[in-house]
Amino acid sequence: MEALELTSNKETKTVKQMSGAQAVVHSLIAEGVDLIFGYPGGAIMPVYDALYDYENELNHVLVRHEQGATHAAQGYARASGKVGVCIATSGPGATNLITGIADAQIDSTPMVCITGQVASHLLGTDAFQETDVIGISMPVTKWNYQVTKASEIPGAIAKAFYIARTGKPGPVLIDITKDAQFETLEFSYKPFKGMRSYVTCPSLNLSKIKEAAGLINTAKRPLVLFGQGVILSGAESEFRRFIEKAGLPSAWTIMGLSALDSDHYLNVGMLGMHGNYAPNKLTNECDVLIAVGMRFDDRVTGDLSRYAKQAKVIHLEIDPAEVDKNVKADVAVLGDAKASLKLLYNLVEEEEHKDWLEEFRKLEFEEYTEVIHQELNPNGEDLTMGEVVSSINEYSKGKAIVVTDVGQHQMVSCRYAKFKQTRSLITSGGLGTMGFCLPAAIGAKFAAPNREVVAIIGDGGFQMTIQELGTIFQTKTPVKIVVLNNEFLGMVRQWQELFFDKRYASTTMVNPDFQQIVKGYEIKTKKVTEREQLNSAVKEMLEFEGAYFLEVRVGKENNVFPMVPTGASVSEIRLK
Amino acid sequence: MKRRYTISVFTEDIVGLLNRVTIVFTRRKINIESIAASDSEVKGIHRYTIVVTESEDTVGKVTLQLEKQVEVIKAVYHLDEEVIHQEIALFKVPTSILLQGGEAEHIVRSHHARVLSVEAQFTVIEKTGHKHETQKLFEELEPFGILEFVRSGRVAITKPMRTLTSIVNELENKQYS
Ligand SMILES: Cc1ncc(C[n+]2csc(CCOP(=O)(O)OP(=O)(O)O)c2C)c(N)n1
Ligand SMILES: [Mg+2]
Repeated sequence: MEALELTSNKETKTVKQMSGAQAVVHSLIAEGVDLIFGYPGGAIMPVYDALYDYENELNHVLVRHEQGATHAAQGYARASGKVGVCIATSGPGATNLITGIADAQIDSTPMVCITGQVASHLLGTDAFQETDVIGISMPVTKWNYQVTKASEIPGAIAKAFYIARTGKPGPVLIDITKDAQFETLEFSYKPFKGMRSYVTCPSLNLSKIKEAAGLINTAKRPLVLFGQGVILSGAESEFRRFIEKAGLPSAWTIMGLSALDSDHYLNVGMLGMHGNYAPNKLTNECDVLIAVGMRFDDRVTGDLSRYAKQAKVIHLEIDPAEVDKNVKADVAVLGDAKASLKLLYNLVEEEEHKDWLEEFRKLEFEEYTEVIHQELNPNGEDLTMGEVVSSINEYSKGKAIVVTDVGQHQMVSCRYAKFKQTRSLITSGGLGTMGFCLPAAIGAKFAAPNREVVAIIGDGGFQMTIQELGTIFQTKTPVKIVVLNNEFLGMVRQWQELFFDKRYASTTMVNPDFQQIVKGYEIKTKKVTEREQLNSAVKEMLEFEGAYFLEVRVGKENNVFPMVPTGASVSEIRLK
Repeated sequence: MKRRYTISVFTEDIVGLLNRVTIVFTRRKINIESIAASDSEVKGIHRYTIVVTESEDTVGKVTLQLEKQVEVIKAVYHLDEEVIHQEIALFKVPTSILLQGGEAEHIVRSHHARVLSVEAQFTVIEKTGHKHETQKLFEELEPFGILEFVRSGRVAITKPMRTLTSIVNELENKQYS
């Protein structure tokens, strides 16, 4: 959990008279926040007014749409491990946050959202810009709370940060009525220390760890599946030591990507619908399946009734509600992944599982000849998405943070991007939110100003939050934007081709001239249509100091393979 | 196999928490057959008693999802035979039907129902028991004309001996991480 406890949350020594709005700012600063993403409006104006005096301590990034604020806060949180913060006005400002909040909830991203609300005497009167954001956000927040008195503000904010970052992280929302922002209070700040009705982390059960180690030590064909839990608990090195000692082939969910180096000899690739051939096939041939910080999402498991039925399942998980939810665990190891992995490391025996690893290599080779080779060295004239991602790998030396949107380019990015460092792949996994990428990349760049941040977006998703080019323009955030333009809502078109007789209902995109649009924001642009131009353009983009927009025209009707069709078993994964 | 379960949810006493609790059910399209909210024996801890008919697998998962909510202290589920449960029903009937000294009065007596209030025009009868008992009384009184009827949600006491106080103590003594 270390990685999530970077915020400083200082206790204040003195009591000061101030307005509720100032208390919001002071509380944020006390939590160690130095950056927030937001958009002003009537009901949050007192807070904005208070922010005006603290521009040096608390940088406010003005986005172009509140959804952008949430995704930017998510990108910031995912790249840094700190809590992302966003702020919006009541009514439409608050409702515009909902998509990002839902995304953060399903992807366990720590985020605090603060919304203004109409004055408390107007609650329930259908006042101007009144909306029940507490009610609306309840199903998609980890916790939310409406503040109607200034004196509640420091306590509510302290609790919000605690809940957002501890346990299984998630989004929280604090709704503050306008009168509470104006009212004065005696401000003092105490970090929140915990509560009886919220167990952040179940206590470790040693006998379960022993049982798990026993299964691993007798396994002949063990397979590890890891997810974002490894990253959230800051357990990357414990994880690597554990799998190296026991010689465990390890496959990842896209949320777990980059927790283990791409070229690690035990990294056997990506799970799920468009994942790699070997780990999907061999899920149904392993004898012990060890799930670490992942939740057996249906995109990962395919048909559950034919999923790893032959295997004994060990599940390392922080959230008791995830155990046995989709896949029944023979041994459930509840607790923080880092602590569990440390103990497991001591108990597992040294092993190599050479023959078993060899089976992965064989299937990898099959996938390489049937799919990967063609994707990276196509015969046709059309550029493929894989070629672009591979060029980015080469010129960034695998050091960039890659942020993706949702669609074919997302799957191709996850499949082909190479990483050497954790927290390097940021994508909307659980919700699959188109429009996530551009604002999330802005947030990631703020979190990691010294790292290259490359946003890989489809032509469809780019237009869902294209207005955030304005945020990049205003803040001069040097993100690299790569739009893979296939003039299609490619992923949906692929499904139409495969499962709906090529009836391309509303998936053709008649796109504007992106070059002209981007030029309007004074961002350097380039368009690549031929293979010969690709590498030099990617190189130029990565060498360029400021923001850069690279549009690559790729094959219009290329498909992403392998594929586990919906309803099929993972072992029925198709190479074409 | 679907069976009837009583889910007891112990929570902090906070505005809006009922909504969070019901969302766990509605999101999964699970029908709440009855719900009752009250205090518990521990000061400051609220208790919801919820009745559903579902498979044990579903009820188990829902209970974990309930417990996962911040500010929910504990959630447990029990079969009917593991709880002592009651519902209260109130009947408003014309006083005239009871004055005739005949069958209606006999029905009320035989059900061990209580007369709560007698007015010139109407009488209020109370019957506490299992649903099938209050329902039976309803059916028998119906031909005489029921002016108004209401039945509460189930309230239930669990048979297992683990006390809420011990659960709360355990949670409060836990080192907060
Ligand atoms: C907000 C939202 N609306 C709709 C979808 C459904 N959807 C998933 S992928 C996709 C196509 C994406 O097209 P594009 O951005 O061009 O990426 P490509 O698949 O072509 O790489 C759509 C419409 C979604 N994921 N998110
Ligand atoms: Mg496209």
